[in-house]
Amino acid sequence: MKATTANWILVGRLSDIPKRGARRVKNGEVTIAVFRTAEDRIFALEDRCPHKQGPLSQGIIHGDCVTCPLHNWVFSLETGEAQGADEGRITSFPVKLDGDDIHLDLNFLSDMRKSA
Amino acid sequence: MKQKLVIIGNGMAPGRMLEHLFDMDPEAFDVTIFNAEPRVNYNRLMLSPVLSGEKTYSDIITHDDGWYDDHGVTLHKSARVSTIDREAKKVTAENGVTADYDKLVIATGSLPIMIPLPGHTLDGVLVYRDLDDVDKMLKAARTGGRAVVIGGGLLGLEAAAGLREQGMEVSVLHLMPTLMERQLDPTAGHLLEDAIADRDIEVITEANTEKILEKDGKVAGVLLDDGREIEATIVVMAVGIRPSTALAASADIECNRGIVVGDDMRTSDPDIYALGECSEHRGLCYGLVAPLYEMAKVLSENLLGGRAEYNGSVTATKLKVTGIDLYSAGDFADDEDREEIVLRDGMAGIYKRLVLKDNRIIGAVLYGETSDGPWFFDLLKKQTDIAPMRDTLIFGQAYQGGAPLDPTAAVAALPDDAEICGCNGICKSQITTAITEKGLTSLDGVRAHTKASSSCGTCTGLVEQLLTVTLGDGYKPSAVTPVCGCTDLGHDDVRHLIRAKSLKTLPAVMQALEWKTSCGCAKCRPALNYYLVSEWPGEYADDYQSRFINERVHANIQKDGTYSVVPRMWGGITSAAELRKIADVVDKFDIPTVKVTGGQRIDMLGVRKEDLPAIWADLGEAGFVSGHAYAKGLRTVKTCVGTDWCRFGTQDSTGLGIRIEKFMWGAWTPAKVKMAVSGCPRNCSEATCKDVGVICVDSGFDIHFAGAAGLDIKGTEVLGHVKTEDEALEHIVALTQMYREQGHYLERIYKWAKRIGLDEIRRQIMEDIDARQGYFDRFVFSQKFAQVDPWSERVSGKDKHEFMPMSDLTLEAAE
Ligand SMILES: Cc1cc2nc3c(=O)[nH]c(=O)nc-3n(C[C@H](O)[C@H](O)[C@H](O)COP(=O)(O)OP(=O)(O)OC[C@H]3O[C@@H](n4cnc5c(N)ncnc54)[C@H](O)[C@@H]3O)c2cc1C
Ligand code: SF4
Ligand code: SF4
Ligand code: FES
Repeated sequence: MKATTANWILVGRLSDIPKRGARRVKNGEVTIAVFRTAEDRIFALEDRCPHKQGPLSQGIIHGDCVTCPLHNWVFSLETGEAQGADEGRITSFPVKLDGDDIHLDLNFLSDMRKSA
Repeated sequence: MKQKLVIIGNGMAPGRMLEHLFDMDPEAFDVTIFNAEPRVNYNRLMLSPVLSGEKTYSDIITHDDGWYDDHGVTLHKSARVSTIDREAKKVTAENGVTADYDKLVIATGSLPIMIPLPGHTLDGVLVYRDLDDVDKMLKAARTGGRAVVIGGGLLGLEAAAGLREQGMEVSVLHLMPTLMERQLDPTAGHLLEDAIADRDIEVITEANTEKILEKDGKVAGVLLDDGREIEATIVVMAVGIRPSTALAASADIECNRGIVVGDDMRTSDPDIYALGECSEHRGLCYGLVAPLYEMAKVLSENLLGGRAEYNGSVTATKLKVTGIDLYSAGDFADDEDREEIVLRDGMAGIYKRLVLKDNRIIGAVLYGETSDGPWFFDLLKKQTDIAPMRDTLIFGQAYQGGAPLDPTAAVAALPDDAEICGCNGICKSQITTAITEKGLTSLDGVRAHTKASSSCGTCTGLVEQLLTVTLGDGYKPSAVTPVCGCTDLGHDDVRHLIRAKSLKTLPAVMQALEWKTSCGCAKCRPALNYYLVSEWPGEYADDYQSRFINERVHANIQKDGTYSVVPRMWGGITSAAELRKIADVVDKFDIPTVKVTGGQRIDMLGVRKEDLPAIWADLGEAGFVSGHAYAKGLRTVKTCVGTDWCRFGTQDSTGLGIRIEKFMWGAWTPAKVKMAVSGCPRNCSEATCKDVGVICVDSGFDIHFAGAAGLDIKGTEVLGHVKTEDEALEHIVALTQMYREQGHYLERIYKWAKRIGLDEIRRQIMEDIDARQGYFDRFVFSQKFAQVDPWSERVSGKDKHEFMPMSDLTLEAAE
């Protein structure tokens, strides 16, 4: 079940994240990795590799992809899909960049927590 | 008894001659060679790539020491022959070495012409002929400044381009109105001038140098006859060559411009031959290798009693400056009875001109697009009547007979006797036959069996196309493994090009080397980051986003996303105060596991990332710094207790281990480096399976390297023996620096050593004092920037973003 209205909440600023880097946002049990690419695109995905739960926020970011620090699986930040021969998908979250401000949808997050 | 063959000069011509000779009859002669240069034989044509940094000396050696051993040839290096006694049939070198001969070959090559301008003897006035000249230029280039190259011919331009690549400002002074006027018509000369100027090389034509200016006994600049002054730190004189005849003349052998030889290559003395650039045949002296190789073949047959004849050669030239395509052959001056066909394409930068006489090609100049060069040259040499294809001739071979062909098809369509490799006179069928009969599958194979493309290398593309034509899909063009999917270049190429092109940032590397992805991948980025760190200490800004997480946060990530922390314990020595501090930290931060590692350190496992800076702050109070247990860098130096405690100890192994570790910590390397020092051959610190190990003995220190005890198991190799601790440190540091400069990223020392060759490493580190000193100095310089404790930096706030979550919604929601 999804909430109809979004509840955007400020989680940080673009300048808090290095280019080609990521920061973690904690939300109870769930940790969200917020990625910033070389072109300043922002993505939010669960900080948990579908392979063996590696923290993707610690990986190397290249193009619109991240490589997991534990066993080098590569994921698209756009779709959350594993690239190449590997199979798996990371949960992704709506994220909004408003000027320098980064917002996540709190309703989406709490729905997720309920259904989890 | 075997006949004695003595050769004076060890250049490209006699090298080739001996190969033919040994192919035909390896036992005929006892061969002795005198070489004025202090080295074996190398490919002189490739000096320019060495100068520009695209190749190294070892890449261009054609005959190494092993070759002389295998063929029983005595080579006297650094031995310039000063007299030939024709009566006694004996030659004597300046260093006193003598040799008797039955047959003598003079192959002294040429001397660069030095115009005796005022100032021409100053320090900093150089010529361009051999490896020593290249070394001098490279040395000068390191201090920067401006180079003035006098002479805009083939050599001058190659020297200018190389010096520019090495980061010098360069001016080329040329006496004539256009560059390379002997090989190019004025139009092509101007196009070339533009292309040279595009590389930021200043070209001044019609420049007549009056004198070389001096300051403090050194070159300071040049003065032109129109009053212009150009400042310079070096002046390279590249105005031509003169056959080296003085020695022959002093023995009363007939000389003109060169040493006069007949069609059988004999001089005026029937037991003496002259070969190569020093000879003059039918009034002509040559300055390119193709004719010399033909002479070499003729001479080898005649030495074995044959009756071969050399009939002179027509030559073609290509300029070997990367990115400039230029080809010229034959005669192209205007004349009444001559016609010409010209093709210009300004947009594509192409210019082609054919000079015809009686419907036959007598000259060809190609600029910008030279792949038809060999075809035109073939028509020229055979004096083919071109009337039937005159209208389309200039468009090249692909246009003859219908639709244009792709390059491979064009090569496929070449006649069997078309010359592919001009330097070595190798035609198409020789190559294709060798490929099929010898089962060759690579460029190197073709080079080894036919010599094609092994001299100046400009026909490499054609040979590769022939491989494709002959083998179809069986031919995989590059045998090098690319760094990753983002490039076709291998690690060596990338490292060379970073150096040669002075690339100092990641985007510059990716731009210049045409990376296929916008910002690389997790494989190439850490590799490139390391190469830049290692190449440009103090200049390159380390890109942490291109480092693996462990190096980014200076701790080791574990399977559950927690980290482990290993403080440095120099040489494995610790104290009560240190241990007490560790115990306190473990309690305070609730660290679940404490373990002793294989490298004599203490590892605290299961630390939360957020706690890292606070833990480091506490550890810092006891004087702990980072143990770099996460680094592709120096990890640990394991020691035994040596003379401090052990009844067998021969030296202070603990002290040496600590000294090495204190000197070398912080250095980044291609892969991790683990060392050990044992106080006697009982080897309690297991030094003989480390990357570098020392075994102390009564007489000093045995240095070992290239061991492995991981996925592979391998005992070390011996690097050498030294007497003092200072020497041990110096040799180990130099070895590590050599590895830092040459290793492929993630390649451990034992793999690097296997690739480079143990003997070569021993030679450079143990024997070549200059090389060792150079490595040592570069290591020390780079340590200035590397020896900063990353933990204390982060305790003081650096990279805070790495350790703290950006926000915690759980807390905010609760508020
Ligand atoms: C930088 C550069 C680029 C070149 N590029 C090209 C190219 O692209 N294409 C091409 O076809 N050609 C090129 N050449 C020319 C080519 O290298 C020469 O034609 C060829 O090397 C000549 O061979 P050689 O054996 O006659 O003489 P060299 O190779 O010059 O060898 C002569 C040797 O004899 C030694 N010697 C001289 N006197 C004595 C003595 N008294 N006792 C003992 N030893 C002595 C010298 O030290 C030298 O090592 C280039 C040359 C240079 C310098
Ligand atoms: S290696 Fe030799 S000196 Fe060192 S502890 Fe063992 S026995 Fe003693
Ligand atoms: S041996 Fe294997 S499992 Fe054990 S620590 Fe090393 S990598 Fe991990
Ligand atoms: S946990 Fe991410 S690749 Fe294994």
